[in-house]
Amino acid sequence: MADVLRVDDVVKEFGDAVVTRVLRGVGFALERGEFATLIGPSGSGKSTLLNLIGLLDRPTSGRIWIEGRDVSELDEAELTAFRGRTLGFVFQFHHLLPAFSALENVMLPSYAAEGSPTSAMRARAAELLSAVGLQNKLDARPNELSGGQQQRVAIARALAHDPALVLADEPTGNLDTESANEVFELMRRFHRERGTTFLIVTHDPRIAARSDRSVELVDGAVVYDGPPRA
Amino acid sequence: MPFEWFVALRYLREGRSQTALILAAVSIGVSVVVFLSALINGLQASLIKQTLGSQPHVTLHPPELVARPLFAPGTTAAVVLEQSPQRMRSIEQWSSVLEQVARVPGVTAASPTVTGAAFAIRGTAEKPVIVRGVDPERFRAVIDVQSKLTTGRFAPTGSDVVIGVGLADLLNVTVGDKLRVTAAERRDAIVTVVGTFDLGNKEVNDRWVIASLRQAQTLFDLPGGASTIELRVGEAFDAERIALDAAERTGLEADSWMKINAQLLVGLRSQNSSKYMIQFFVVIAVTLGIASVLIVSVVQKSREIGILRAVGTSRSRVLRVFLIEGAVVGLFGSFVGSALGAAFSLAFAMLAKNPDGSPTFPVQLDLPLFAGASVLATSIGLLAAVIPARRAARLDPAEAIRHG
Repeated sequence: MADVLRVDDVVKEFGDAVVTRVLRGVGFALERGEFATLIGPSGSGKSTLLNLIGLLDRPTSGRIWIEGRDVSELDEAELTAFRGRTLGFVFQFHHLLPAFSALENVMLPSYAAEGSPTSAMRARAAELLSAVGLQNKLDARPNELSGGQQQRVAIARALAHDPALVLADEPTGNLDTESANEVFELMRRFHRERGTTFLIVTHDPRIAARSDRSVELVDGAVVYDGPPRA
Repeated sequence: MPFEWFVALRYLREGRSQTALILAAVSIGVSVVVFLSALINGLQASLIKQTLGSQPHVTLHPPELVARPLFAPGTTAAVVLEQSPQRMRSIEQWSSVLEQVARVPGVTAASPTVTGAAFAIRGTAEKPVIVRGVDPERFRAVIDVQSKLTTGRFAPTGSDVVIGVGLADLLNVTVGDKLRVTAAERRDAIVTVVGTFDLGNKEVNDRWVIASLRQAQTLFDLPGGASTIELRVGEAFDAERIALDAAERTGLEADSWMKINAQLLVGLRSQNSSKYMIQFFVVIAVTLGIASVLIVSVVQKSREIGILRAVGTSRSRVLRVFLIEGAVVGLFGSFVGSALGAAFSLAFAMLAKNPDGSPTFPVQLDLPLFAGASVLATSIGLLAAVIPARRAARLDPAEAIRHG
């Protein structure tokens, strides 16, 4: 099975007294090397689904496999370690750590996993930052970078430990058209050159149109799964 | 550098105002603890030193005489028991007792003495005195008169005596002058003053006449005897225990300096309790201060902590980051606080002077105090960080990223 991700009949409910069913039996799978978007209007449950796939939350029922592993079997500590090893995150508001330089931000996932820094970590972080065109900004703090530059650092960070799957939550949502374009192209390039699997959450049909596959979520259920609709 | 240290130190460096705030709290707290300890320990050490400067740690003397009326068996009588006046008596077999008590664990020196009341007369001046007949070598090991000499030498042999500076003033005598010493039953002796001493105690300086053992034996009609055996012990506060031990072994009565100065000890103890109480509340206040600043910092960093967790940082690592922050601030605060406390103490010592300009007492600043303060402050920092650190470790990353 070459599936990087398989989601099977996932249900997620919130609340105790008044139960809100946000996801109503979602299922789909991603093969290695896919470049897919998860699209839907706000309130469709796509961020909730991303949190489940990102192992930041657990489903009420249903199963999720990542790299062939049933993640419901993992305990909290294993989940953290597995998340660090297998997944890369790009958040909407770039979410770099302001106290650390661009290079340190990119190193953090591997540093946190290993416990102590190695020269290989540093070299890899520098290489990724050059790949996103920030070879001159290694020591810059996030507040010294533009929004687009920060998002490029975030992409470099997501790729730092060569994850099986990169999850991006509205990665261009907060950027002007030109920066958004650059950032999107960067992800396409990493996909093309390194074969990284991407799942991008967006509400923007123009972004979805530029991906290879589009999974459409409405009211907590998949209503379309196939090539992007023009 | 391990990840936790790297992140903790960076956060401390970046959160300058918060770090400065807790550093100030720890420093002020530590300086109070150090200052108070230096002051009170110094005061107590000086009080004890003064008390023990002219007092043996333990004094052994024969049990008091008890009147025991004799009756023929079977008789009934109403009696009024009157205690006979105590007369000076020698310790029986004192030289073997001396050897015996010298072997009691904790005893470092033992000195036989003949001590009694007399009058010192010179011209028309007549002063009540206490004659202490001693063996110079042994006595010096119990009470260090040698180093407290103001004139002459410590050589109470033959008919030579060493007297307190106060007495020398009262009788207007100096080294080389002669005195007449008169004891009960008109026994008297002419003695030569060969030295004067200042033991730091007015009562002692005004009344003591240190003579040779033989001189005192003659004066008090105690030929070859010794009325007391005086001991020095290794650890002054073991004196009471050693006194009981020595009394048990010899059948003599033993009084320790602690029993004689019970009031002083009660005073020292209550001073200690108030010191500990003040320090305890300072520690509480500092702990709460550190904890509240760290909690604020955890809340402010919720989103960052969420991101760290999302990219694979384990809970225990996040926990350790904040524990390290607390401990590091505690340790550094203890350095600053120790320096501040030492400065306060020295400033106090310079300001608090006797009318003649001599320091009232030395403040006691020593390594154990600073080491103790460091350990205390580091533990406080660590302790104060426990709640904030647990809070940080428990953050739900998804929540923190969305709302943090």
